[in-house]
Amino acid sequence: MTAAHAAGSNSLASGPASKRVYVGYGFWIFILSDMVMFSAFFAAFAVLADATAGGPGGRQLFNLTNVAWETACLLLSSFACGMASIAAASRNVLWFHLAMAVTFVLGAAFLGLELKEFAGLAADGAGPQRSAFLSAFFTLVGCHGLHITAGLLWLLTMMAQVVAKGFRADILRRILCFTLFWHALDIIWVAIFTVVYLMEKIP
Amino acid sequence: MKHSAPVGAVRFGAACGLVAILAGCSGVLHPAGPVGDGEKQILLDSVAIMLMIVIPVIVATLAFAWWFRASNSRARYLPDWAFSGRIELVVWSIPTLVIMFLGGMAWISAHDLDPAKPLPAGQAQPLQVEVVSLDWKWLFIYPDQGIAAVNELVAPVGTPLRFRLTSGSVMTAFFVPQLGSMIYTMNGMVTQLNLRADRPGSYLGLASHFSGDGFSGMRFETRAVAPAAFAAWVAAAKSTGPVLDGRGYEALSRQSQGVAPFTYRAVTPGLFEQIATQRLPPGPGPQGDGASPAAPSETAP
Amino acid sequence: MKLLGRLNWDALPLDQPIPMIASAAVAMGILAVLAWVVIRGHFPYVWREWLTSVDHKRIGVMYTLLAMVMLLRGFSDALMMRSQQALAFHSQGYLPPQHYDQVFSAHGTIMIFFVAMPFMIGLMNFVVPLQLGVRDVAFPTLNSVSFWLTATGALLVNLSLGIGEFARTGWLPYPPLSELTYSPGVGVDYYLWSVQISGVGTLLTGINFVTTILKLRAPGMGYLRMPMFCWTSLAASLLIVAAFPILTATLAMLTLDRYLGFHFFTNEAGGNMMMFMNLIWAWGHPEVYILILPAFGIFSEVVSTFSGKPLFGYRSMVIATMAICLLSFMVWLHHFFTMGAGADVNAVFGVMSMIIAVPTGVKVFNWLFTLFGGRVRFEPPLLWAIGFMITFVIGGMTGVLLAVPPADFLLHNSLFLVAHFHNVIIGGVLFGAFAGYEYWFPKAFGFRLHAGLGKAAFWCWLVGFYLAFMPLYVAGLEGMTRRMQHYDVAAWRPWLLIAAGGAAVILAGIVCQIAELWVSIMRREPLRDVTGDPWDGRSLEWSTASPPPAFNFAVMPEVRGQDAYWAVKQQARAQARPPSEPEYESIETPRNSPTGFVCAFFATVLGFALIWHIWWMAIAGLVGAWATFVAFAWRDRVENVLPAEDVARIDRRNRQARSAAPAVLAP
Repeated sequence: MTAAHAAGSNSLASGPASKRVYVGYGFWIFILSDMVMFSAFFAAFAVLADATAGGPGGRQLFNLTNVAWETACLLLSSFACGMASIAAASRNVLWFHLAMAVTFVLGAAFLGLELKEFAGLAADGAGPQRSAFLSAFFTLVGCHGLHITAGLLWLLTMMAQVVAKGFRADILRRILCFTLFWHALDIIWVAIFTVVYLMEKIP
Repeated sequence: MKHSAPVGAVRFGAACGLVAILAGCSGVLHPAGPVGDGEKQILLDSVAIMLMIVIPVIVATLAFAWWFRASNSRARYLPDWAFSGRIELVVWSIPTLVIMFLGGMAWISAHDLDPAKPLPAGQAQPLQVEVVSLDWKWLFIYPDQGIAAVNELVAPVGTPLRFRLTSGSVMTAFFVPQLGSMIYTMNGMVTQLNLRADRPGSYLGLASHFSGDGFSGMRFETRAVAPAAFAAWVAAAKSTGPVLDGRGYEALSRQSQGVAPFTYRAVTPGLFEQIATQRLPPGPGPQGDGASPAAPSETAP
Repeated sequence: MKLLGRLNWDALPLDQPIPMIASAAVAMGILAVLAWVVIRGHFPYVWREWLTSVDHKRIGVMYTLLAMVMLLRGFSDALMMRSQQALAFHSQGYLPPQHYDQVFSAHGTIMIFFVAMPFMIGLMNFVVPLQLGVRDVAFPTLNSVSFWLTATGALLVNLSLGIGEFARTGWLPYPPLSELTYSPGVGVDYYLWSVQISGVGTLLTGINFVTTILKLRAPGMGYLRMPMFCWTSLAASLLIVAAFPILTATLAMLTLDRYLGFHFFTNEAGGNMMMFMNLIWAWGHPEVYILILPAFGIFSEVVSTFSGKPLFGYRSMVIATMAICLLSFMVWLHHFFTMGAGADVNAVFGVMSMIIAVPTGVKVFNWLFTLFGGRVRFEPPLLWAIGFMITFVIGGMTGVLLAVPPADFLLHNSLFLVAHFHNVIIGGVLFGAFAGYEYWFPKAFGFRLHAGLGKAAFWCWLVGFYLAFMPLYVAGLEGMTRRMQHYDVAAWRPWLLIAAGGAAVILAGIVCQIAELWVSIMRREPLRDVTGDPWDGRSLEWSTASPPPAFNFAVMPEVRGQDAYWAVKQQARAQARPPSEPEYESIETPRNSPTGFVCAFFATVLGFALIWHIWWMAIAGLVGAWATFVAFAWRDRVENVLPAEDVARIDRRNRQARSAAPAVLAP
């Protein structure tokens, strides 16, 4: 291969990528792997959708209004997160913290609504031990909720780090990763409310 | 022959024994029915086709490594030879062609020898056998004859056997190597298998998927007998022995090992359906003894 | 709530001599090593240079060491199985079923998760950054975390020997046998947590290497100039990223069934055991390609180097590798043809499984034509490669055979199947690991392994393998199924006796390998590798000293073609002088960190606590792990800076040693 051909054929002929590029890239790969994990839970849900063991199914159990509120909270939370990353890019501490706080509150509201839904189902005898369908439902939606919980903990840590160290390069890279994570959870939520809630209620 | 008969007999017996040990008489290469026959044929044909590639590759590996050894000054050294379009073409084509051929064979044979495909009826009426795998024994129900047997499968020679199988506990597999295909048994589900024994004899039957501590003992004898002998066996079974009803099944489904073969003189009609649909629940697991030392005494939470 | 959950004195197998003696021996061995390290004052060195190291070379060595130690444990399980089956004809042998079932389950689990995976990952860790011409992987501290989480998994499996029991379900815990109803003990829980925890480590490795190989390469190293081992490591890492999350999810489902009474796979309430099989093998089949692809890469390097020629058909090999990577996701059902999915489904997966043999066959032919026209040197790595080429094609043949559904209906779960997968895993993965070990050992430690003992080890392994596994093909054709604790079919006996003999020959091979290592260390001066290039290699790792300095390359090399180092060497030889000295600059290297080690400590606490239902301890473990990450994130100083003069001093010393050796400038 001639040098000219080689130089043109690959943009990395210039050597290793910068840290900002490859940290974000690596985190994307992680998010893709997380989506594969969610796919396995989606697959289990699809297989077990009719395995209600004579008990209640989605049609009887799901409350679409609640789902609408949850979706609103999460989407607005993502919007606030977007604002936070703009603030970080502009190195604006006040707006960053404000936007992150709004993100947190909306995310916590989502979680609160979800936990209320779960508690209600369990109290009605429709907990995850009732049937395979309910096991799959609680696991899929609950796994997303666990990710939201971890994200909220991460969010608080990021806020603390900005207070302690300001907008240092590595802190900014982590904020980038956090926002990627938060938006990805939003995408997964869209898939959940479509496959789990809407498709159960709308035949 | 110029030696005495006993010596000749001993030699002949020894030779037979050796052949029997070496070649084995219990395995898949000695089928006693059409399914096993067909599968053995596929096995041998596939191996023959692949050996036509594998043997030359092994020979070439040894030959090239030896001829081109560093100390061999007669071998040509081609330090920059790393590509040849023609060789690439051949190297991709040979495996592709072989796989296309084998793939075609696999497609056709997978359809011909599908376990659920009934065997041609012929003169004999197919015999229905319902199979339930338990911990750690086999239950065979003959719904048309109204009897059942544990750890003993008797069938008339030349009659197509239509098996419907389920499990009364964990997943395992039903296998009579000399008759052909094995099939899984699973609780709450019914699998199907079609076999036929064309030669009378006693054949090894076993569980071929690990199912717990008593798994190695899950053996059953498969006897292919003349139709008259089969009818006699059925009649004998009907004359004596316990009745297999729900309660009897529940007792049978508890874990036990080394159960000697026996028969039931009557079976509640539809018992298999009740087992297969879990109206009769699957057997309980280990009761205290089988668990590890530190496990709690209760089972599921 | 009981303070110690389900843990009580009954957990110790006081009434079973074999696990008691084995655990005592292992515990004493570990204590002896620890005592020696501490008393001789080596602990600060070990802590600073190894346990907290984030250097890919150190982590690679630790992974390989873990694999080799666990090989001894997994092999002793194998010896127990072979001897039991040799004895247990019309007899119960010496291992009752409860014990035997744990032995074969532990054997498979250990060999796949704690020998084969760490061995391949260890070699990938050591070699890939060097071959790419860079200083380390993308995320060095994450790399350390990965290793230590894997070690946690191995520790938990070994703890089960002395505290409680291991799973009795086989290496993949099929439900409903693995559900609480039929496996009420802690065994399956030990399995679940050790595999889950080490699985997280492996997933992080996959992410690390995909990022490294795709985003961090020396200037001029386009994709088609990467060594073949980097291509196969990339393919394996992509497979890890795509497949391991499925394992995580599936084991999580089984865990929820066992711990919280869910019904994913139970017999009752609508559980579906067939779904477990589909999910676990959707991971399981890519897993075996994760194991074999790096081995294929090692063989490409070894055959090329020891033939003195570039790899034949490089582009074809790349295409074949990526084709295998993709196809490995489309064949999983061949692991359960006998589940009764119907002729169409079986036939489709059968054909797909055969198609994957095509790129594999192409690779074998390309290795053959690399040998052709070469000057073949029979050093131990090449012996392993030749042994592989012969053995693997036999294993591949039996694999294609099993891919024909009607043949599988006869041979599924039999000893024929066992022989097949050992044929490809030993002949492919393990031979590859040993070839890589022999090949790169001098690079890692600065001296070669004793060739005579290495060759003896090879011949013992080769002969032992055939003696141990060819009879199992026959026994499988005779109808013998796997995992039998006792049997009474006379036809099976002679084959099992021969197989036991084969295991003994393999034991001799392992003894030779231990001797090889011992002798090489004791008598390392005559075996020294002064130049850094003992095999006249072709790729960039051979341009560094043996062992390489912490920063790998003083200045990142400019890559101008495939076989990057070969061109540089040929030019130096043509001009009869070494390459000119580069412009030295200061180098930043990542700081060591105890994050991995501490995190793994908490992971062990968490895993043990979950197994025994000690909830307060589990929470403590979780909080501890989280705190460790936060503490790590709070670091201010992330890198050490090595000044340019120090870099120059180290590099000049290495360059001098290299040019002083006579063989280097004259081929």
